[in-house]
Amino acid sequence: MKYIRQFAVILGFTCAGEILHYLIPLPIPGSVYGLVLLFAFLAFGWLKLEDVRETGQFLIEIMPLMFIPAAAGLVASWGHMKAMLVPACVITVVSTIVVMVTAGKVTDACIRKSEKGEKTHAGRSDS
Amino acid sequence: MLEEVILNSAASGVFISLAAYGIGVLVKRRWNTALANPLMIAILLVILFLLATGTDYETYNASAKYLSYLLAPATVSLAIPMYDRLHLLKENYRAILTGILSGVAASLLTVLALALLFGLTRAEYVTLLPKSVTTAIGMGVAEELGGHSEIAAAVIIITGVLGNMMAEPICRIFSIRHPIAKGIAIGTSAHAIGTAKAMEMGETEGAMSSLAIVTAGICTVAGAAIFAGLIT
Repeated sequence: MKYIRQFAVILGFTCAGEILHYLIPLPIPGSVYGLVLLFAFLAFGWLKLEDVRETGQFLIEIMPLMFIPAAAGLVASWGHMKAMLVPACVITVVSTIVVMVTAGKVTDACIRKSEKGEKTHAGRSDS
Repeated sequence: MLEEVILNSAASGVFISLAAYGIGVLVKRRWNTALANPLMIAILLVILFLLATGTDYETYNASAKYLSYLLAPATVSLAIPMYDRLHLLKENYRAILTGILSGVAASLLTVLALALLFGLTRAEYVTLLPKSVTTAIGMGVAEELGGHSEIAAAVIIITGVLGNMMAEPICRIFSIRHPIAKGIAIGTSAHAIGTAKAMEMGETEGAMSSLAIVTAGICTVAGAAIFAGLIT
């Protein structure tokens, strides 16, 4: 019964997200609305972690598999890609690395700064 | 005959994908390098299988699509690790937001700079603008701005797989140490496919990467609309 209930809750939120996607004229997929809704329900305590945990963990664990069909489908859209293959590849590789390094280093630096700030703050209140 | 069996079976496409991933995991165990990425290996094996047996992609996808179908509920489930790390989100929200926003800005700026360098047309440029966000958002943005949504989807998937492969070496080489920073880096650059890797690295990394999918996705919808006007 536990898994049926959890699966039903998760699919319910997926459905609610799809309805929102239908109503709101933005290029944001239903699954993202569903994610935000489920997060809000958990954060406000309207839903317990037990209502979704195991089934959600299962879905997250097998998530890499879900990208295989779409990625293998790149073979089918190969014809469209050919025209801009070289620039598209260079831009994809370069910008993926730049974005990963920028987002990571900036976050790292901000966390370190705030941790240091807390320490000096605590130091002052001691003295 | 093979074609007919696959087309009429509800499980073969799913099984082929699973088996390919299984081989990928075995290869990863044998040669533990970032190049031996199970997802990358699985994708290549499926493509090779289709080419070698002369099976149409549509035939394979007739049953493999059920795997893709699970993507929506799986994405919704990413709220669970995020909720689990709610205290970390609250304590570090400034660092997290600054990190994601700088990543989104870096993405739009590098695409702009390289598009100018390669002399891309406006349509090609806007197709690449949303390359770091989750497929459904990116395709929608590219289409709305006058780009090719199919190429956008292809570039987005390649970005994700690249991010999935490079996440660990890049965090090591550029000494991105904090688990929160690792998660933000992966989710902002490589959306859901990268997040699958972040989940393997740790629950904090996974939770932060999930948050970055949502935040970077929404920021890119607004940012790409502004950047699209810069090349006419």
